[in-house]
Amino acid sequence: MNKQTLAVIATAAVTTIIVIVGFILLMPIIGPRFLHPMMMGGSESAPAALDTATSRTTDNGLFTVSWRSDTDAVPLNQIHTWTLTVTTPDGAPVENAEISVDGGMPQHGHGLPTSPQVTEYLGNGEYRVEGLRFQMTGWWEVKFNISADGQSDSITFNLTLR
Amino acid sequence: MKKFFLFAGIALVAALAYWAFLPRSPWTTEETETLRGLWLGSLSPLPPDPSNRYADDPRAAEFGHKLFFDTRFSSSGDVSCGTCHQPDLMFNDGLSLAEGVGTTDRKTMTVIGTAYSPWQFWDGRKDSQWSQALGPLESAVEHGGARTMYAHLIAEQYRAEYESIFGPMPDFSDRSRFPALAGPVDDPAARTAWDAMSPEDQDAVTQVFVNIGKAIAAYERLLLPASSRFDQYVEAMLNQDWRTMNNTLTEDEVAGLRLFIGKAECIQCHNGALFTNNDFHNTGVPTGQGLPLDMGRATGVQALLNDEFNCLSQWSEAGESDCAELRFLVSEGEQLEGAFKPSTLRNIAETAPYMHAGQFATLEEVLRHYNQAPDSPIGHTELEPLGLTDGEIAQLIAFLRALSGGVNADPKWLQAP
Repeated sequence: MNKQTLAVIATAAVTTIIVIVGFILLMPIIGPRFLHPMMMGGSESAPAALDTATSRTTDNGLFTVSWRSDTDAVPLNQIHTWTLTVTTPDGAPVENAEISVDGGMPQHGHGLPTSPQVTEYLGNGEYRVEGLRFQMTGWWEVKFNISADGQSDSITFNLTLR
Repeated sequence: MKKFFLFAGIALVAALAYWAFLPRSPWTTEETETLRGLWLGSLSPLPPDPSNRYADDPRAAEFGHKLFFDTRFSSSGDVSCGTCHQPDLMFNDGLSLAEGVGTTDRKTMTVIGTAYSPWQFWDGRKDSQWSQALGPLESAVEHGGARTMYAHLIAEQYRAEYESIFGPMPDFSDRSRFPALAGPVDDPAARTAWDAMSPEDQDAVTQVFVNIGKAIAAYERLLLPASSRFDQYVEAMLNQDWRTMNNTLTEDEVAGLRLFIGKAECIQCHNGALFTNNDFHNTGVPTGQGLPLDMGRATGVQALLNDEFNCLSQWSEAGESDCAELRFLVSEGEQLEGAFKPSTLRNIAETAPYMHAGQFATLEEVLRHYNQAPDSPIGHTELEPLGLTDGEIAQLIAFLRALSGGVNADPKWLQAP
């Protein structure tokens, strides 16, 4: 066995030891961080691929709807207002639609803690939604049923509150 | 060469070991954000009360402080707001059921931090601090009086101070127009006397009565929770000061905190920096001994909608846009039955007994109830059994004790003037 082979074996051995020892030492630290959410699975977790897009097409493709909160972020425990924008799929504003609001927490089986309503048409396909408040963190659904020009369609937005 | 590799290997292992054992936060990024949300430092500035023009008037707060502790404002002459809301007991009274001139059906709630709540009382039948303050004054079992009595008291005892804040006071000296005891209360004689008054005279009296509430609210707004050991812990964590962090809470308290935001699911309702979402929840709490079935929010919401002092009333200075909570409230549905407002958990270890009629004497009884999740006497409980061990319950209690920090207010407000 020449010196070079010995060096290669020694390097491999030391590297293996370092990796094993390092992994053992790191487990308690990386464990909770990366494994905890996986172990917490089951009925309590939201669907892995929850679509939290704030602009989406309604269930039957009649409208494109987007929402934004008048606050910086969606707040916890604070009543606030959203602006909803409704257009046709090709981008034309949908005027004077009748819109109802519903929602809740699917995992908890309860609805919204308030009765939000569309209170005003702002023009340009925009509607004011007043009275939204979320009192728990986690996965919320906010549903809008939109009727305009004799046609109606629904959209369910998902949001995750932290 | 061999020696070099050995040396390098040992050095690397040593460095890794050192790094691995460096003190660091035991919380994930997500948990850190959760703890930040519970931290007192994340509490927003005191929100304005647009329904009360005098809410931030220091003279109104001084005046309200005097009224809060004045026992003349009761039918027996020995009950004030401070009788049930005692500063030494975290503005609570240590009783299962509040005792004024009689005994109520509910436990006293603390006043500390209520300026942040859109709803007052266990059932949220009031939507401002000032309208809350008026309820007990005309309750037959609390202060036991009626509004003309209070208007006369202000005219006789506090006229100059009242007028310096609220402007000229009407002349109430004609006792045929302004009887000694009249108001829309349970007492039939007082109610009959009230009904006999002209609407203008009624309004003149009610205006003074409303201003009493607004002055008391101006005082109560100044009573806020003080920082607890939990808050010092989170602050140290956010400053990455692991040493202070580890010295601030014990291992059991930290374990209790972990349960609080995790397995025990306390944080579902006890969230935000005040440890309450100020909403209404049915947690299957048994009916208080000897008390009728309590519908909670289901009756509270009807009382609120019919309340002559709610946000949209003529006595409120709020515009329609300031009354969103009232305009968009949920007024019916099974979810309101037997639902009550979660208490703030700040100073909770100091305010036994617990629940809306003081049904549980200790925190342990409370946690055993949540762990067991029994059926509700009315409606449906939102609880599910938690499967906590005795040890975990003890850890949760240890954590709850770390939420005691007292009151953050000028010491002069914490005693009778």
